[in-house]
Amino acid sequence: MPQATLRIFRGDPSGGRWVDYTVEVDEGSVVLDVVHKVQATLAPDLAVRWNCKAGKCGSCSAEINGKPRLMCMTRMSIFQSGEVVTVAPMQTWPLIRDLVTNVSFNYNVAKKIPAFQPQPSAPDSGYRMMQADIDRGQEFRKCIECFLCQNVCHIIRDHAENKPSFAGPRFLMRLAELEMHPLDTADRLALARTDAGIGYCNITKCCTEVCPEEIHITDNAIIPLKERVADSYFDPVRWLARKLTGR
Amino acid sequence: MTSIEHETHEYDVIVIGAGGAGLRAAIEASALGARTALICKSLLGKAHTVMAEGGIAAALGNIYSEDNWQVHFRDTMRGGKMLNNWRMAQLHAQEAPARVLELEQWGALFDRTPDGRILQRDFGGHRYARLAHVGDRTGLEMIRTLQQHAVHKGIDVYMECTINRLLRDGDRVAGAIGYWRESGNIVAFHAKAVVLATGGIGKAFKITSNSWESTGDGIALAYSAGADLIDMEFVQFHPTGMVWPPSVRGLLVTEGVRGDGGVLKNAADERFMFRYIPEFFKAETADTEAEGNAWYDDRTKRRPPDLLPRDEVARAINSEVKAGRGSPHGGVFLDIASRRSPEYIRRRLPSMYHQFKQLAGVDITTTPMEVGPTMHYMMGGIRVDAETTATTVPGLFAAGECAAGMHGANRLGGNSLSDLVVFGRRAGLGAAQYAQKLAQAPALNPEEVAAAAAHMLAPFGRDGGENPYTVQRELQETMHNLVGIIRTQSELEQAQQKLADFCARAARVSVEGNRQYNPGWHLALDLASLLTVSQGITLGAQTRKESRGGHTRDDYPQPDPKWARVNVAIRRGPDGEMKATAEPLPEMPADLRKLFEETH
Repeated sequence: MPQATLRIFRGDPSGGRWVDYTVEVDEGSVVLDVVHKVQATLAPDLAVRWNCKAGKCGSCSAEINGKPRLMCMTRMSIFQSGEVVTVAPMQTWPLIRDLVTNVSFNYNVAKKIPAFQPQPSAPDSGYRMMQADIDRGQEFRKCIECFLCQNVCHIIRDHAENKPSFAGPRFLMRLAELEMHPLDTADRLALARTDAGIGYCNITKCCTEVCPEEIHITDNAIIPLKERVADSYFDPVRWLARKLTGR
Repeated sequence: MTSIEHETHEYDVIVIGAGGAGLRAAIEASALGARTALICKSLLGKAHTVMAEGGIAAALGNIYSEDNWQVHFRDTMRGGKMLNNWRMAQLHAQEAPARVLELEQWGALFDRTPDGRILQRDFGGHRYARLAHVGDRTGLEMIRTLQQHAVHKGIDVYMECTINRLLRDGDRVAGAIGYWRESGNIVAFHAKAVVLATGGIGKAFKITSNSWESTGDGIALAYSAGADLIDMEFVQFHPTGMVWPPSVRGLLVTEGVRGDGGVLKNAADERFMFRYIPEFFKAETADTEAEGNAWYDDRTKRRPPDLLPRDEVARAINSEVKAGRGSPHGGVFLDIASRRSPEYIRRRLPSMYHQFKQLAGVDITTTPMEVGPTMHYMMGGIRVDAETTATTVPGLFAAGECAAGMHGANRLGGNSLSDLVVFGRRAGLGAAQYAQKLAQAPALNPEEVAAAAAHMLAPFGRDGGENPYTVQRELQETMHNLVGIIRTQSELEQAQQKLADFCARAARVSVEGNRQYNPGWHLALDLASLLTVSQGITLGAQTRKESRGGHTRDDYPQPDPKWARVNVAIRRGPDGEMKATAEPLPEMPADLRKLFEETH
């Protein structure tokens, strides 16, 4: 059976080191399989977060050879034979231990986004929505909340001080989704502009590049949301209309 | 006893498990004013519900207006080989449409019909296209919708927190105790009512579609607290799991592939399912390929046998492979490539397309998939009251996969997601109402708390014991080989002995490292749940001397009328031994019985 070597970060907030583990791998293995093999044979206390091992839950995010990826969807066959593959925790979040980080930032942002507020439904048999009107929303709802886009975004990755004032690509996309929802009645543009900090995004598209669901986060969510914000707040005609009508 | 440091939290209702059932229960309890906590082993939104693919069954009648709750009820009971708790099946069929529309009110975006209503898809065992869905990622849509709704409802969420034991005051439940995965610190909950919504047991088997969390915690917690279990012998093997490469063996291939036109073939390119139509379903199943093909567009035709209930299809695939007519890697072929356009396949089954492309290097729009049975769902579990989901322990409620009765001997696809929201809601309601009516809150017993805490930390105090991963692997192999799709008395007895041995070994495992996020320790504790559940399955399987639904005995290959109207109940005897007794099913009222007398 072929062997593979993973160089895995082991440590906690007080410090850590890289440890090489060499194990035999089955055909078709993904990085998470190899991490599990290491756990079962060499390092039973190796901390790793995972759930479905099918690319559906978004738990096993890590930085593999420096790239933000899901461990369960990264096949070993993409690496050269004999190549030492490094596996590190996501860098944007506080480390808990080994490959596990504290992603509570994301759960806190999620709480600040006002809930969906639908218009009342027709009395007969619920709502009518055309497929064409929800295609975009459905694209955004493919999000598995792996937080790789949040992790790679330089606005918070390189500037932790921005965390309180920037929601990150995942949640800007959530705002866009609600904005585009055919039934929603709430206005979240003010939130997008202020607390969610959409102005920080300078559309480098790193989020789109790492999305395992291949969602066009920048093009389909963030840019249209920026446009809506700009239309509402910086269009001189609308500005004047708002001054005159008071809303 | 020296007391181990721990924190204690007080609630009216605690919900253990945050998949579809747990989230829905917490939302309901909290809406009734109960102080509610939601406790989950993973991060919120990662539970196994996320993996559900095909859809949520509800007789909305959007595609076929002939559909209604009676037809759904009848399909469910027939799929379950009439062993279901009739009242649960009835409530489920009646309430599922309202729960689906409620999800839409909370922001879910289901696929649409041309006139803008919720689209419904065909699935095995359902007479009409009935599954509301979002491509093949319906579970994700459901859990995210519930999660996004729940975060604004004032529910306290304890993420990555594992419950290890229920606490009691006399006979009734008084709370629960467990540990934070992150820190390893002990945490106790003092609660008036507890809802178990812990999901399945897949990790007791080697080949499974389930995630690591499916260790049967809720079933084991309830059993240990004195609750009845029923139907433990009924384990669903989904007919279509991936078989290649080895690292993804067992991963689910949605039944939607067959609902959308895919067919099963053996190595000789034969549609072998036509040879496996059981007497029970003959009247409603096509017996020629031409009729089966016509059914997709014309519902006056009979449905193809590829869409028989899961137990039938899984057994047929098993037989084909055993007869040497399997695919190169020990499965059979699932072919949609030759029957539908690439564009249709990618639109209807995006996750399947992605999954095969990325993990197996197979393009399902051009190449048939290789598939075989994978342990998928537990029909058995905790006995509950249909209306309130109350277990036989006062103050303890259960919903979703860990509860039993709803699906009888075999679950139909799509009935799980609807089960989660129908009975999740009822569990939240039942628990909150119980808590409100309670004259006096139950008391925590400090000695019980201290003993439970010491029990959890015990693996650290043992040196030179076995590695928990080794015990788990051997357990999974034993259950797979001896208590799998086809069972016999001698193998079940062998399994029972081995399980006793594993129990002894599990009690001696030791763990390395410290308490902080230590998967080895977590597994050492999960082993106890896996073993309780495995023993329950094995005992149930030995007791039921017939074949029915998700329980097939090689030595009793036919259904036996003697077993047609009984559940096998499992409970802990006064001496601590696990005991099984056959007990009569609740009697179905005459007006519902009539639904089964009409022919197709």
